[in-house]
Amino acid sequence: MRYAMAVDTKKCVGCSDCVVACQTENNVPIGYCRDWIVEVTDGTYPQLETEIRSERCNHCINAPCVRCCPTGASHFADGGIVLVKPNKCIGCGACIASCPYDARYPNPDGYVDKCTFCIHRLEKGLNPACAEVCPTKCIYFGDLEDPNSPVSLILKKRKYKSLIPEAGTRPQLFFLI
Amino acid sequence: MTTRRNFIKISAAGAGALAIGTGALNAMKWISSDTMPDSVKNNFTRTPTYCEICFWKCAGWVYKNKKGDIWKITGNDEDQNCHGRLCPRGTGGPGMYYDDDRLKTPLIRTGERGRQTFREASWDEAFTYIADKMKAIAREHGPECVALFTHGSGGKYFGDLLQAYGSSNIAAPSYAQCRGPREVGFMATFGEGLESPEPTDIRDTRCLVLIGSHIGENMHNGQVQEMSDAIDKGAVIITVDPRFSTAAGKSKYWLPIKPATDMALLLSWIHVIINEEYYDKKYVEKYTYGFKELAEAVRNYTPEWAYGITTIAPDVIRKTAKEMADAAPAVIVHPGRHVTWYGDDTQRSRAIAILNALLGSWGRRGGFFRPETFELPSYPHPEFPEPKRTWRTAYPGKYVLADLALANGICDATIPVTTRDCSFKGWIVNGTNLIETLPNQKNTIEAIQNLDLMVVIDTMPMEITGWADVVLPECTYLERYDSVRTGPHRLPQIALRMPAAEPKYNSKPAYWMARQLAIKMGLEAYFPFENQEDLLDWQLKQVGSSLEEMKRIGVKTFPRQYGELYFSDDEEVEFFTNTGKIELYSTSFANEGFDPVPVYTAHPEPPPGYYRLIYGRAPMHTFSRTSNNPNLHDLMDENTLWVNPKVAKEWSLMNGQQVYLENQDGVKSQFPIKVRVTERIRWDSVYMVHGFGHAEKRLTRTYGRGASDTKLITKVMIDPIMGGTGMRGNFVTFITNPGETEVAS
Repeated sequence: MRYAMAVDTKKCVGCSDCVVACQTENNVPIGYCRDWIVEVTDGTYPQLETEIRSERCNHCINAPCVRCCPTGASHFADGGIVLVKPNKCIGCGACIASCPYDARYPNPDGYVDKCTFCIHRLEKGLNPACAEVCPTKCIYFGDLEDPNSPVSLILKKRKYKSLIPEAGTRPQLFFLI
Repeated sequence: MTTRRNFIKISAAGAGALAIGTGALNAMKWISSDTMPDSVKNNFTRTPTYCEICFWKCAGWVYKNKKGDIWKITGNDEDQNCHGRLCPRGTGGPGMYYDDDRLKTPLIRTGERGRQTFREASWDEAFTYIADKMKAIAREHGPECVALFTHGSGGKYFGDLLQAYGSSNIAAPSYAQCRGPREVGFMATFGEGLESPEPTDIRDTRCLVLIGSHIGENMHNGQVQEMSDAIDKGAVIITVDPRFSTAAGKSKYWLPIKPATDMALLLSWIHVIINEEYYDKKYVEKYTYGFKELAEAVRNYTPEWAYGITTIAPDVIRKTAKEMADAAPAVIVHPGRHVTWYGDDTQRSRAIAILNALLGSWGRRGGFFRPETFELPSYPHPEFPEPKRTWRTAYPGKYVLADLALANGICDATIPVTTRDCSFKGWIVNGTNLIETLPNQKNTIEAIQNLDLMVVIDTMPMEITGWADVVLPECTYLERYDSVRTGPHRLPQIALRMPAAEPKYNSKPAYWMARQLAIKMGLEAYFPFENQEDLLDWQLKQVGSSLEEMKRIGVKTFPRQYGELYFSDDEEVEFFTNTGKIELYSTSFANEGFDPVPVYTAHPEPPPGYYRLIYGRAPMHTFSRTSNNPNLHDLMDENTLWVNPKVAKEWSLMNGQQVYLENQDGVKSQFPIKVRVTERIRWDSVYMVHGFGHAEKRLTRTYGRGASDTKLITKVMIDPIMGGTGMRGNFVTFITNPGETEVAS
């Protein structure tokens, strides 16, 4: 099993529904977020292009955050999901510094927190909250080892990219372009 | 867009912030196994609701955690408005409930009106105060001198109260400050308006044309969802906007039009579609009236003519007209929603309606479907008394084609003038912040200062509450029942809102308030049900459901009663116009002395050094009402001023720099706004999201953040046909040295 996510930048309108759905689902304290929106505009008026992305932890196969964690709090769970064990986390911040995607934040309760792909929902057969709520249905999720999962199907059909591939982390968050 | 503001701030603090022992202990208590919150693992209960954060009214489920606290809200899969997916505002609904700035108890004014000196009062005191004043107004001036302004579900019950009292003056700013012109324009053409949700068949369209309509930023949920479906199916999107909107970024054609010239483009498209014979000949012949007059009227509106006005190249106008024709009848020239721009908005909406008629999209798949609203019997009560006057009495011979009351009309008719023998004396304001909703704030405040009674019912201490004599705290939609939602949509459908929690503080639902006031005024017979549950159960049982059933399912769908979703081939259709046809030439406009076919009128342009103030919406906010919601404030906590890089260079403006704005009438913004230097806006305009720059200190989160566009809208161009308030003719310049201006907060 290899969980992955693809975000369709052609459909995403940057409404931040994924952000607030994650916040309420996972009790993320106000002022913090596990996912966020990035908008990039290229060109000069009126020759313009905008790309809007819903970003989060890339659940990298070669994850520097897991590698650098001194206590083993950052670890891989089933399906390659990168997780943090709060009770093992000493809040040293090494993982925050090592992440090329700036995907982690220090929870005020004293541990580092990040996207879990809503593993508690996956266990019940549900999609992550962000994918479930997205009004444009631009977030595709599933098991890359299952050729019929929504994420496998869409990656077969569409052109895509990942972010900062040069970091060599082998991210599992893809952007359809 | 959410910001990483706090993230970065706290990241920078590094481990220091994490070295708090109790924090780590709490974390362990809170997360018992790896990453799963208690609220997820444990049992929870869910109750149905429909959303009140905007007026799309998506149906959803409110989930509570083990402690019984509201945890999250998700969409109801059966709901046609949202298909199980709420928008960010609906998802952020719990913030409205948890906002500790909420109004907490009834208040009665003790000092001068507007000075914000109130004392806490009991409900009985507040109701006695209101009832006595209303009786006095009825005695001295007649009950018709009291008006209700409403934008929310509670308006139904305050409206019933007002009608029982003897006044029919019920106005919503969503009409004359928003979508009124398109209702009248489409009514004149097709014999019916569009209502909400609009019957646009976006999911099946092959070509969607947006005229200044920014779907995606304007987060009307069903439309955003269907636009995304249409993108998946390869529909062509054509966006006309001086700003590179989110929708423009999804479009095959973006037409960066010179602001205020849309009418020229529309007329030119009509010209091309007629001259190139792109129109649906069979449809036009069968269903429409006045084709010849229309063809004659648009004879000279060539793309070359429009080029000089709109700056859109003639070949682009021709190419886009062809795209529409190729997709027809699965094409939607979208009517938009907030369309009160330049004062000739009803005519611009007419031009849009005419284009749709020529393309044969009305009543066709991928164009406009025929909506149905579920018919739920109203509860029994005595006939309302016939009012002797209405708001129209103040405007003899004017705005006869307006089918709803004008909020600005009532506001203006509150300021006494010698030519009018009666002015409004009492306002009841429910769920609409008129200070930020009506243009020309000075005028609104002058009207308020002339009132004998001003009652405001709201959940939040919005600016308008500061001007009230009596403030009544309404509980949020998560704490109350409301009327059953009945449509319209593709299928007749009903949705229930029920309380997920007891009202916080000393807040109450509208039904209870209206009924208690009715009792005080001897109008109890109009509210025969003591509690709303009995009322809803009675209504639902009339149609074979029950409150018990609806509590369980939330949404119920019924079969259509009135034929198919689309016109069938050769169907005889009678339209509710004077001629029974789709009127390309409007007989009702001709009868009232207005142009029966739209004509182009040039609008004023900004003087040197000034820029047209364009405003719009952000997907995570509704007007000015959500900016203090802790969840939504977290997603967007202030508005910014979009400035083209060329303009920024000329004024030496930096990204993120704070500026004040001053408009053509010398009115200054009360607070500074941050500049966003971006290619996404034309050089002759600036843009900001509406709803920020709150001047009310009791809104602790949002006070003083960003600028208010409403404050800068002092020039209003009234639509002569239906009285709408055109608000896009205001021009602003930058004040880059705030030292010279009063610095707020």
